[in-house]
Amino acid sequence: MSTTIAPEPDTPEVAEVLDLSGSRASDRLFKGGLILAALVIPLLMGLLVYELYSGAALAIDRYGLGFVTSSVWDPVAEEFGALPLIFGTLLSSAIALAIAVPLSLGVAIYLTEFAPRVLRQPIAFIIELLAAIPSVVYGLWGIFVLMPVLQKQVFPFLRDSLGFLPFFTGPIYGPSMLAASIILAIMIMPFIMSVAREVLLAVPASQREAALALGATRWEAVTSAILPYARSGIVGAIILGLGRALGETMAVTMLIGNRHDISASLFAPGYTMAAVIANEFSEAATDIHFAALAYVALLLFCITVAVNAGARLLIWRVSRGASQGGRAL
Amino acid sequence: MQLRSLACSLGTLAVLLAGATAPAAAQKLTGAGATFPNPIYTKWFDAYNKKTGVQINYQSIGSGGGIRQFTEGTVDFGATDGPMNEQQIQSVAGNVVHIPTVIGAVVLTYNLPSLGGTTLRLDGQTIVDMFMGRITKWNDPRIAALNPGVTLPKLDLIIVHRSDGSGTTYVFTDYLNKVSREWKDKVGYATSVNWPVGLGGKGNEGVTQQIKQVEGAVGYVELIFAVANKLPFALLKNGAGKFVEPSLASASAAAAGARLKADTDFRVSITNATGDQVYPITSFTWLLVPLDSKAPDKAKLVRDFLTWMITDEAQAMAQDLQYAPLPNDVRRLVADRIKTLKAAGKPIASPT
Repeated sequence: MSTTIAPEPDTPEVAEVLDLSGSRASDRLFKGGLILAALVIPLLMGLLVYELYSGAALAIDRYGLGFVTSSVWDPVAEEFGALPLIFGTLLSSAIALAIAVPLSLGVAIYLTEFAPRVLRQPIAFIIELLAAIPSVVYGLWGIFVLMPVLQKQVFPFLRDSLGFLPFFTGPIYGPSMLAASIILAIMIMPFIMSVAREVLLAVPASQREAALALGATRWEAVTSAILPYARSGIVGAIILGLGRALGETMAVTMLIGNRHDISASLFAPGYTMAAVIANEFSEAATDIHFAALAYVALLLFCITVAVNAGARLLIWRVSRGASQGGRAL
Repeated sequence: MQLRSLACSLGTLAVLLAGATAPAAAQKLTGAGATFPNPIYTKWFDAYNKKTGVQINYQSIGSGGGIRQFTEGTVDFGATDGPMNEQQIQSVAGNVVHIPTVIGAVVLTYNLPSLGGTTLRLDGQTIVDMFMGRITKWNDPRIAALNPGVTLPKLDLIIVHRSDGSGTTYVFTDYLNKVSREWKDKVGYATSVNWPVGLGGKGNEGVTQQIKQVEGAVGYVELIFAVANKLPFALLKNGAGKFVEPSLASASAAAAGARLKADTDFRVSITNATGDQVYPITSFTWLLVPLDSKAPDKAKLVRDFLTWMITDEAQAMAQDLQYAPLPNDVRRLVADRIKTLKAAGKPIASPT
């Protein structure tokens, strides 16, 4: 192969280099192979949906869309509803993003624009290490280290200072929606940080220099020249974090308290879709219980797809806005 | 010369093939199911492999998965903490025998530092009141009545239960189901139930950790787990009105007190059994084997393993790992039942 592609230095005849008749077949083979590999993804996706649907068929027949709006989960009476699970999944991910996004963007901006050079590489390396920690380790750390601090210091403080809001009322047990959201935030931060940092690094130096040359302070250069340029990439980083938050299982189930309830208070225990599947799948003895869990999985799949599609749309609109803004400048 | 070496190497090959394939193909069993007895099963299968060369591959995927795989015929035997129900037995056309292996007990553990070394005493109805959410403070008169002379704190009583489906939950709710009509009507028993109150912890360790972190918390874990982690556990009032400490002896006593009939299918609940020494929250854990197997080779291996499993040697191993051994009369019944196992409609050849 390499001999036909790279011509010998003493025979630089063009015809010989172009005579690739032997490799045309291999080109086609290569192309065919790549197409096949690419087709595997939609195929897998289709199989996944089919399997989930056929597994859930029993529950879909019996409960229909009422499954989404009911909040009873009683395996003995064979009554199942997923509303508290959907609520818990969306709320915990939203709170996690609200905590993680400002922090991670702050770190990413600091690392690319303000940090002394000696600090940049080591901190970036540590962030990438954090992203490699398995979620069960985060979960155990959450139970043994984070939970006592939250329960004894952070939660009572929140209740005393912000107790007039319905979100910070009620008894403090420890395992709660807020605890799970905080561990989720800690888990998705490394992802958002490292992607956002790469995106900011990719901003051309000319952008920065131009802003500074016009008399902008460093802070103004960041907000007026760099962030708008990196906007779509940063949104992508956040979507990546959100995707992880929606599907995270082990750490959440260890800290959320696993209760099928919808409560305004963030101190109250909740449940998520991924957590209930992990908890009950292995011991689901009756067919309908099994099907209800598959139904939950199907819903989780739909929600993830919807959130990702929405995010794509957002990126698309944001990047269009950015180019228009560029023209206006 | 050449011929001789050829013949020689062919001979070696034949010996190698015979040695490697013939017995290895037959000497393997696969099983799947309950996680609760996994430590003892792993130990048994390892010891049995060393003793006889039979390899048993066990996947602890949970009782529900064990029943499902056994029904689909993808494993040689299943394992479960809760017996198969009538509907499940019908789905295998009745071709299943439940063989009890060891006995487990479930204890109530709590976080009440002010009690010091005093052990809490509880009874079935009080536990139901607690888990129904009717007793919300530890100094409730219903708890105080069972613990004369003990100063109970005025703490909130916080219930912690298992969030994952588990045999432990099955046994615990089966007990509550027997002692309270109300529990039976409103909650029932299963590997996961709709808990009226409380927090869910994942696994024994999740429940334990939540109890340790919240003063006034109470929950249920397996005896083996409570002993290993030196957790305090409550004495329970049994059917005979005695307060009994959970232990291997009091768990075995429950199985003896169950007084199984000679033709039992072993699918009996031994919670709330009768007898002075009986600890009431106790249960068998079972292996599921086909009554009439389609594979005579495998059926013989299963039968031989089961025969070994009820020997003193194997049951003593269970005791080392804090599982209560089967009482002698139960072992005799199991031995009788093993003799009735068949393969392809015929009795299995007698032990070699």
